[in-house]
Amino acid sequence: MDAAIEVNDLQKTYRGRRTGEVRAVDGVSFRVEAGEFFGILGPNGAGKTTTLEIVEGLRRPDGGEVRLLGQSPWPHSPALSQRMGVQLQASSFFEFLTVREQIETFAELYGASRARAAEMLEQVGLSDKARTRCQKLSGGQQQRLSIACALVGDPELVFLDEPTAALDPQARRNLWDLMRSINDEGRTVVLTTHYMEEAEALCDRVAIMDAGRILAVDSPAELIRGLDAPTRVTVAAGQLSEERAKELAEGETAASDDEAVVFETRDPQRLLTALAAEGALDGLAVRTANLEDVFLNVTGREWRE
Amino acid sequence: MSVEAPVRAETGTRRPRAFASLVKALGISWVRDRSQVFFNLILPGMFLVLLVSVYGSNETPVPSVLEVGDVPVLERAEPGDFEVSGAADLDAALEALEEGDADAAIVQDGEAVTVYYSQTNATTGVIALEQLSALVDDVNVAVLSEAAPDTPVLELETDAAEDNSLEPVQYLAPGILAWGIAISGVFGAAGTLVDWKRDKLIRRLHLTPASAGTFVGARITVSLLVALLQTALFLAVAVAMGMELSAWTWFAVPLVLLGTAAFLAIGVVIGGIAKTGPGAAGLSNMVTMPMAFISGAFFPLTAAPQWVQWLSVISPMRYLNDGLQAVVVQGASPAAVLPEIAFMAVFAAVVAVFAWKTFKFDEL
Ligand SMILES: Nc1ncnc2c1ncn2[C@@H]1O[C@H](COP(=O)(O)OP(=O)(O)O)[C@@H](O)[C@H]1O
Ligand SMILES: [Mg+2]
Repeated sequence: MDAAIEVNDLQKTYRGRRTGEVRAVDGVSFRVEAGEFFGILGPNGAGKTTTLEIVEGLRRPDGGEVRLLGQSPWPHSPALSQRMGVQLQASSFFEFLTVREQIETFAELYGASRARAAEMLEQVGLSDKARTRCQKLSGGQQQRLSIACALVGDPELVFLDEPTAALDPQARRNLWDLMRSINDEGRTVVLTTHYMEEAEALCDRVAIMDAGRILAVDSPAELIRGLDAPTRVTVAAGQLSEERAKELAEGETAASDDEAVVFETRDPQRLLTALAAEGALDGLAVRTANLEDVFLNVTGREWRE
Repeated sequence: MSVEAPVRAETGTRRPRAFASLVKALGISWVRDRSQVFFNLILPGMFLVLLVSVYGSNETPVPSVLEVGDVPVLERAEPGDFEVSGAADLDAALEALEEGDADAAIVQDGEAVTVYYSQTNATTGVIALEQLSALVDDVNVAVLSEAAPDTPVLELETDAAEDNSLEPVQYLAPGILAWGIAISGVFGAAGTLVDWKRDKLIRRLHLTPASAGTFVGARITVSLLVALLQTALFLAVAVAMGMELSAWTWFAVPLVLLGTAAFLAIGVVIGGIAKTGPGAAGLSNMVTMPMAFISGAFFPLTAAPQWVQWLSVISPMRYLNDGLQAVVVQGASPAAVLPEIAFMAVFAAVVAVFAWKTFKFDEL
């Protein structure tokens, strides 16, 4: 496969009068294949936006190299911009324009037709808001319009910087469907997010980022498997005596308190069968390791949103 | 491996289309912003109407005078010089003065004439005082001339030095127009930059095939179009107020465009410093207000102290004002305003370079 993006040892330090020096990006390298859905996952301030802005060609790195569709994104080249679509962290619209005027203006800038503009509104589900002023849209609708503007030029490569931040869960799920469909159309998508479930649900591969560094890159499943973490099985207390729980654990961990009995097992199938035979499945919860545990493992500290 | 982007032949021809659509988008948002429309298109005209009616009437107001007791000297006044009414006694008259109900009170006791004048209405009070003392002088001259008919007496005639034919609207309009152009340019550029910093729109546009340069060019074009529209509307109001336009009035177009360029450059400097909309407006005010006063926008510079006249040398508003006055009112040919044109061009260039060098592009 061809690489859509190759990033090598990026460095960026901000120097503020009050804040002093901030190493926002510190030796970041990664590669995104054409057609891939690639995620950068990290808490606020991890350096996701800065990395993305350097890759897009908005910022110049202090060091390192970026190849975007085989070219350098700096300085800005119209031919390259034509092939990529961008949704920035803050929605940026022309003031006082309606949704339709907004998308049509962007269409003109990318040399796309009005029909294409209308089609994009349809795809993001904003056709019925065409006459609404952009500033009156809800947060989720603004993000959709932003994405429509990113797609109107029919790009090969799409950058989405935290599109679901500050959205309610329903609006977030709706956007997930939209983002999946963008990738299904064959476009390479680079998404930044600070939601674990989002990265897990959408991305082919995820880079876990913290304090300006990328600590791990792989598919979510591989990252979790790599942890080699046990599955936690919880049932409500009062169904099993402490001894019986110990027996069922067969040498693995079992802990009881007033509310629940918690097993940690590497063979969940055996344990669950045994629990079912025992008739002790009330309040059952099975939790496998997730990206949160991966984050804890690679950073040595708890995930904070 | 590296993939060469296909060279797109239409990228070059697309630029005019991108430019046109940006001008259209920015124009629409400008027109929909009612405060812009009011501030740029209506306010200068309102100011003209207001100032013409303040300075406008050439007649001095007729002072109202309270006659306390019998004042024979008033009988010698020309009819219409004063508006005389009687007062019961001096106390009542003084009270009326304090209330601002009259401009002066006059008492005559034999040869002694006493004038009390209002300090509530300082201006009309002084006018009343001057006219009353002129009246007393006239009476004295008449008495003396009668007593000694062979002795010549001095007569004082006064007349305004300026061309009497220049109606107030003629000398006020160019100054107010220059001020209007200045506030549109300075506030417009400063406010726009602060908005851009907030909305990050320019970042987004930088990542389209149309460059940020095309976008900035489109924004400047909108400002220039606004300035021309503003000029046309303002001159229409001025004509309605009795202004006569010279045959060279069309040359206001390049003057206004050049002036706008200079004011936009100032606005860019302010927009580079300011962090918020109110901050930008405050700083813009701090620049345009004093500039209006040192540029003769609201009153002729000849009436201002010397130091103000010196300061005005560095104000682009003064050159725009002078240039407009020359071509629109006095009908001077464009050649006569070459110095004004040169100054505004140099000023715009210097400030634009300064703005470019000091601007923190990172904030956009
Ligand atoms: N323009 C800037 N000037 C100075 N510091 C900045 C700037 N932008 C970001 N930072 C700092 O750089 C770090 C990384 O920020 P950012 O890339 O925005 O992270 P993220 O997108 O992951 O939240 C943070 O500590 C942030 O405060
Ligand atoms: Mg960010």
